[in-house]
Amino acid sequence: MRSTALPLGLALGLLVSAPELTPAWALDTARLPVKSGDFSFNGPFGTYDRAALQRGFQVYKEVCAACHGLDHIAFHNLDEAGGPGFTEPQAKAIAAGYKLPADPNDKGEINDDKGNRLTRPGILADKFPPPFPNEEAARANNSGMLPPDLSMIEKAREGGADYVYSIAYGFNMAPPKGFKVTDGKYYNPYFEGWNIAMPPPLVDNAVTYSDGTKATVAQEAHDVATFLAWASDTKMEERKRMGFAVLIFLVVLSGLLFAAYRKVWADLH
Amino acid sequence: MTATTMDGTRRDFLYVASGAMAVVGAAATAWPFIDQMNPTAAALAMATTEIDIASVQPGQQIVYKWRGHPLFVRRRTPAEIASSKAVDVSSLPDPLARNANKPDSAPATDDERVIKSEWLVLIGVCTHLGCTPTVSTPASPEGEYGGWLCHCHGSQYDASGRIRKGPAPQNLAVPPYAFLSDTRIKVG
Amino acid sequence: MSGPSTYNPKSGFEKWIDQRLPLPRLMHDTMQTFPTPRNLNIWYTFGGILTFCLGVQILTGVVLAMHYVANAGMAFDSVEAIMRDVNYGWLMRYIHSNGASMFFLAVYIHMFRGLYYGSYKAPRELLWIIGVFIYLLMMATAFFGYVLPWGQMSFWGATVITNLFSAIPLVGTQIATWLWGDFAVGDATLNRFFSLHYLLPFIIAGVVGLHVWALHVPGNNNPLGIDVKSPQDTVPFHPYYTVKDAFYLCLFVLLFAVFVFYAPNFFGNPDNYVQANPLVTPPDIVPEWYLLPFYAMLRSIPNKLMGVLVMGGAIVTLFFIPWLDTSRVRSCRFRPLMKQFFWAFAVVCVILGYCGSQSVDAAVAGIPLIWAARLATFYYFLFFWILMPIIGLIETPKKLPTSIAQSVLGEPAAAPAE
Repeated sequence: MRSTALPLGLALGLLVSAPELTPAWALDTARLPVKSGDFSFNGPFGTYDRAALQRGFQVYKEVCAACHGLDHIAFHNLDEAGGPGFTEPQAKAIAAGYKLPADPNDKGEINDDKGNRLTRPGILADKFPPPFPNEEAARANNSGMLPPDLSMIEKAREGGADYVYSIAYGFNMAPPKGFKVTDGKYYNPYFEGWNIAMPPPLVDNAVTYSDGTKATVAQEAHDVATFLAWASDTKMEERKRMGFAVLIFLVVLSGLLFAAYRKVWADLH
Repeated sequence: MTATTMDGTRRDFLYVASGAMAVVGAAATAWPFIDQMNPTAAALAMATTEIDIASVQPGQQIVYKWRGHPLFVRRRTPAEIASSKAVDVSSLPDPLARNANKPDSAPATDDERVIKSEWLVLIGVCTHLGCTPTVSTPASPEGEYGGWLCHCHGSQYDASGRIRKGPAPQNLAVPPYAFLSDTRIKVG
Repeated sequence: MSGPSTYNPKSGFEKWIDQRLPLPRLMHDTMQTFPTPRNLNIWYTFGGILTFCLGVQILTGVVLAMHYVANAGMAFDSVEAIMRDVNYGWLMRYIHSNGASMFFLAVYIHMFRGLYYGSYKAPRELLWIIGVFIYLLMMATAFFGYVLPWGQMSFWGATVITNLFSAIPLVGTQIATWLWGDFAVGDATLNRFFSLHYLLPFIIAGVVGLHVWALHVPGNNNPLGIDVKSPQDTVPFHPYYTVKDAFYLCLFVLLFAVFVFYAPNFFGNPDNYVQANPLVTPPDIVPEWYLLPFYAMLRSIPNKLMGVLVMGGAIVTLFFIPWLDTSRVRSCRFRPLMKQFFWAFAVVCVILGYCGSQSVDAAVAGIPLIWAARLATFYYFLFFWILMPIIGLIETPKKLPTSIAQSVLGEPAAAPAE
């Protein structure tokens, strides 16, 4: 009931036109199962691909950041272990490229003569400044919709990195016959209800990668999904590494305890 | 012997009296510890709010915030008003208006649910377990009654905010409100 | 705690202590020489595992409270700061959040073990009832704790559960307002829940003390459900059960670690990584998995007050089990009929949990889950209030072994194969 039921004709149309996309419940507009990005960080030993993280950061910075914040990420995170692997000077340079509200000057003013807010360059300790000063401003600039913060998006959505990858990639499909895209919305079958308020964010060559990687939509989507996976889970590599050591330790300890247990009880009989 | 009995009676009396006093004292002491959990003066001061409803278009609902709850202000179309008036009150699960501006015994007719028929003002809290119901519009219907559907446990409300189907026991509550002008209401 | 003490202070210092505060004697008698049936199986190791879980939750919880901010505007960000900035903060939080699930996993195994082997029957009724109190306190603590990160599920879970009280006739709304400290779940609610979440574990620890005390008076039940008759039936707790408990605890920690390090959000809900928003209800409000069976019962009843009563009744029922079971025999090993209904009950609990996890209008193979939940709820009450008393009266139990020692050491009339 949550979703609009579609005519049977549409279901048949889907079956014929896009069999690989047709789930058993194609009659409604529930989102399609996510498309796997086959990421380097999947699995118990997976780690982030540093180059992909840096490319993904570039996509975030040059495309997504216009509307989406990265509230929980600080600039010093960029040069930390397990992250995108920027050097400290690089991270400082990235921080300095952002303008943050300055403290009151020695006259106690926070605005300049023209009434503009005084700013200062960002430092490593700062978090990424939000794209809009408040929720109302964000909505006013996005026809009433609120672009979600991206620093936790992959933990906050079922499907995680694959979901973000699918959404970023999923604009290139024609809506099925009989499905009407709401005015001001866009068709994306990986989004619940299929109508998404976000305009297609990625195009070929939306960014120019310095490492020479060809910037296709698929590549950009994959890179930004990787970067946002790290943004949601900055401690993943430390966690998996420690987990491995802990499991080895526990297996050895279990073995010893089992031997002790058998020995003690063997004496009983 | 009489003296001992007297002594005993007096002793019992003193025991009972001091015990009773102690219970009274304990109860009086307990009250501040219980009452401190009730809403603070600051929370109570937030209880009244004025809202400009001019921007609500016919057929549209805008959600405001009142006392931490969503406040639904729906400007109903003539068709929605007509269908709400046509409902037989005796067929409703909750026959009472649940309107803070009317007597408690007011029946759940559409007239008793509103101040002006065009404007339906409701507390957007499902009377089952407090979720926010989703509004139904012709473009995206929710439930069978053209009002609201609560996705938590499936309660359905009509275009007068009355419960029609599902586990919710009562109609959506109408808060105390008054029109300050044609486009401005005071809630609380 | 009971029976003659075998403690023999060796040094003058031990004697001096023993005459003033006989704590070493207590430890010696309860954890070292305590005579324990020699046939306890793996399912009896969960008492120790549960003590471990409580300790882990208190330890990590105290640490987390050093960094957490109980304020509706800051709680969500402070949890993220713990995850990202605090040294090993992610480890503490993942141990604590997964620890809650492991705690409930262990307590459910512990409870089903008690049900299967009749550990609630005389003379252990109080032991069982104290255990049910611990379970209630655990549910309350877990509920308060789940609210603290102030995500969408925290907020709406708190809203739904506190609204249960509004079902009480006449004063329900006032009680809800009193619980909230406002007209809705808000900052005041978060603060008091934090206070209670910090308090309750220490109360649990106290009640666990009573539970262990009540265990040490009659001593352990055992898989045969027969009383200890001679010293041959028992072994000293140490080293036999200390080493056995330690081994199984280590296996349990291994499982725990797999979740903490490799699937830390397995038991979580993505919506709880979205900050609480009082104006937007998530499409499906789902409680933590360990509360799902009760949630399914609540939803299966179309009337609000009845739903709340049924859900509460399901928990209250547990208190009466010692008197609902009329059987002379404790262990289901010797109760062929009860054994079948017991396993049906276990399956029903899983079905209820599944129904609770699905959206309210879901169906499987054309059967609306709400009907499955209704049937399962019906069986839950049928099992305890009708089947349990009747089966105890009509069932012919299998022949009991004459003693634990005889059964274990494999003399002629051995225990039935199992």
